Amino acid sequence: MAIRWGNYKTAGFYDELIQKPGKPRRAAEGLCDYLRTLKDKEIEKYRAAADMAIRVMGITFTVYNESEGSIDRAWPFDIIPRVIPRSEWQSIERGLQQRLRALNLFIDDIYHERRIVKDGAFPSELLEDSKNFRPQCMGVNPPRRVWSHICGSDLVRDEKGVVYVLEDNLRVPSGVSYMLENRLVMKRIFAELFEKAGILPVDDYPSQLYDMLAAMTPRRLQRPEIVVLTPGIYNSAYFEHAYLAQQMGAELVEGRDLVVDVDDCTYMRTVGGPVRIDVIYRRIDDLFLDPQGFKTDSMLGVPGLLRSWQAGKVALVNAPGAGVADDKVVYSYVPDMIRYYLDEDAILPNVPTYRCVNPGELRHAVENIDRMIFKPANESGGYGMLIGAQSTKKEKEDFLRVVRGNPRNYIAQPLLNLSVAPTLVGNRVEPRHLDLRPFVLHSGKDITVTTGGLTRVALRRGSTVVNSSQGGGSKDTWVVEDGD
Amino acid sequence: MLSRVAENVYWFARYVERAENTARMILAYSTALLDLPVYARSDWKSLLTTLASEQEYSLKYDSFAERDVLRYLIVEKEGSSSIIFSLKMARENCRTIRGFIPRDLWERINELYSFAGEEAHSGITVRGRYDYLNEIITRSQTITGLTTGSILHDPGYDFLKMGRNLERADMTTRILDARASDMMNHSEEELKPFENIQWMAALQSLSAYHMYRRSVQARVNRPHVICFLLQEDAFPRAVSHSLGESRQCLTRLPRRDRVLKRLRKLEKDVLKTDAAAFSNEELHRFLDEIQIGIAEVHEQIAAAYFLSED
Repeated sequence: MAIRWGNYKTAGFYDELIQKPGKPRRAAEGLCDYLRTLKDKEIEKYRAAADMAIRVMGITFTVYNESEGSIDRAWPFDIIPRVIPRSEWQSIERGLQQRLRALNLFIDDIYHERRIVKDGAFPSELLEDSKNFRPQCMGVNPPRRVWSHICGSDLVRDEKGVVYVLEDNLRVPSGVSYMLENRLVMKRIFAELFEKAGILPVDDYPSQLYDMLAAMTPRRLQRPEIVVLTPGIYNSAYFEHAYLAQQMGAELVEGRDLVVDVDDCTYMRTVGGPVRIDVIYRRIDDLFLDPQGFKTDSMLGVPGLLRSWQAGKVALVNAPGAGVADDKVVYSYVPDMIRYYLDEDAILPNVPTYRCVNPGELRHAVENIDRMIFKPANESGGYGMLIGAQSTKKEKEDFLRVVRGNPRNYIAQPLLNLSVAPTLVGNRVEPRHLDLRPFVLHSGKDITVTTGGLTRVALRRGSTVVNSSQGGGSKDTWVVEDGD
Repeated sequence: MLSRVAENVYWFARYVERAENTARMILAYSTALLDLPVYARSDWKSLLTTLASEQEYSLKYDSFAERDVLRYLIVEKEGSSSIIFSLKMARENCRTIRGFIPRDLWERINELYSFAGEEAHSGITVRGRYDYLNEIITRSQTITGLTTGSILHDPGYDFLKMGRNLERADMTTRILDARASDMMNHSEEELKPFENIQWMAALQSLSAYHMYRRSVQARVNRPHVICFLLQEDAFPRAVSHSLGESRQCLTRLPRRDRVLKRLRKLEKDVLKTDAAAFSNEELHRFLDEIQIGIAEVHEQIAAAYFLSED
């Protein structure tokens, strides 16, 4: 028998499935017992079946390559799921709802009276240099006053088991299609486990997404016209754009399919003539949305789209300017926002964050550089970071020079010992670091959270970088009834 | 249906058809050459004339040697007349409409594209040519078959069919025209004994020889072949048939009036003209007009349904 929990060493990290060698956590008992009974041959068979399912279902992400053009790659998938007890999940869910509610109030406030600044709870200088602050959004009232309708927050757990929010993605978070497809793959392969394990379903997301989008329509219609706006086939998340459009029965459009007329309405060009659009789920960054409105030379966007949105003729999801709260320096103020707008304490803690713009905090971060990770405020995909413990003296000096040149754009955080979970390596299991990205939908009335989310796992031993472009893979995420 | 999707579907069908027809044409041409005495052989240049690509060709090559012409028509990545180019364009158009077409179809076009590229060297040789081109033809037909048998017959399918049929009509007129132009360049005495071989090659490049025999029941001769390829409604690669198919697609689409009017006029020209009675020069001029007509129908379709460049 291949998987012996007695031999599995978690090396001091918090393990999502195992309490101590040989002893699974309660919610994972069923799973671990089942895995222990599998023979090498069966493991091989299941793994092959998963690979096959992924190929057949065409689950890919696109990597652009100079010499070969774009290629579709299958995203590595680990067949051992990550398990979260329902009781714990409920509190995470409340924390995420609270967070998105406060973040939306913050964004709306920033583009209106800025009470939070006037009351001294948030420094106005931060706004002036914020890369994702959009002056064009001042005074705009998007439908139901929602700005960030879809938020993907990255959660991590430290060695003590505490769950932190690492960042909030308030612009165009991606990955939800992998969450849905991972579950489909698992149900195909491990049907018998699903019969008895009390795993909560995840497949409601496309309908919830559709309902939320429909709720934003400027026209009162039974079936508003909803489209998904993609940058096109060369975008790394094109698979997801096509997938979500298909799941919702919405048209997948590119910028050149849309046109804004003199009546400020947005139309799509069809063979039957122009058709008015009510809601755009856009998967294009702000600045590319509208070359006129944002004064860029974007070829992807739709001239006049910003005007159409400002006039309330079309809903943009997420709204332009929502990224102002996506900034990692602004992130450090989220607990303050929750207190300011909701008069509550944050349910989910932030990772301690040192703002380099503040000399005292920068000094502390530099003195402890070997335990720190420095990040730019507005990058995603794990780029442009410095991990102190893994860098040479020269790398550190070079990086700090950049930080000192533009301190507003950097933060430092203590390097967390991310939790691990058993991951298949050959026919054995080894611990690998992971994080979790739940997706949160804000419809103006309700805030719904996916059951679990997308678990991303760093497949290289010891690595903590989970991004798909840098050697990461994914796992199915099970929220299971634990009776508590 | 989105205009962009309609446009991509239309071009996808056109390019697959073009790749197949180009392969057919090369194949028929090189087979026919073997039957002609050296003095009556036209050179490989006339293949380029058929495809209207002499100018582009002479930018890159300075002779009309067999190998060069074939390289240009099969593998030339930068030329717009090669099989590889057509397949690449078919694939690029297909890529953006993957939500529209079944998965198999996407896989087949990928396979065909990589086959055409990897085996191209054998297509250029005399020995490997037959197998290579035949494979291209067979695989293109598999794709065409898949589109007919497994796609929803909705407006998108009408665009697919129009693309395929207009491309066919265009290619048929080109092949007829190539014969007519060829004969203009030789004296009558030189040609007489071999004229029928030439017309037989024209039929063969359209896979029409057998059907011609069934339909016409006469030996291969100029007037009958011209009539058959232009006006035989029952033959799928005859110009009148292809135009008729396109017309039927149009009648199911919105905003069709202007296109339909132009198409009807074109159909009438093809059916009412006694092209078989024309001299080779007159025939050449007539076919030119038909080709211009097909191009105008295409422009009308683009104006009515596709993304305009405004």
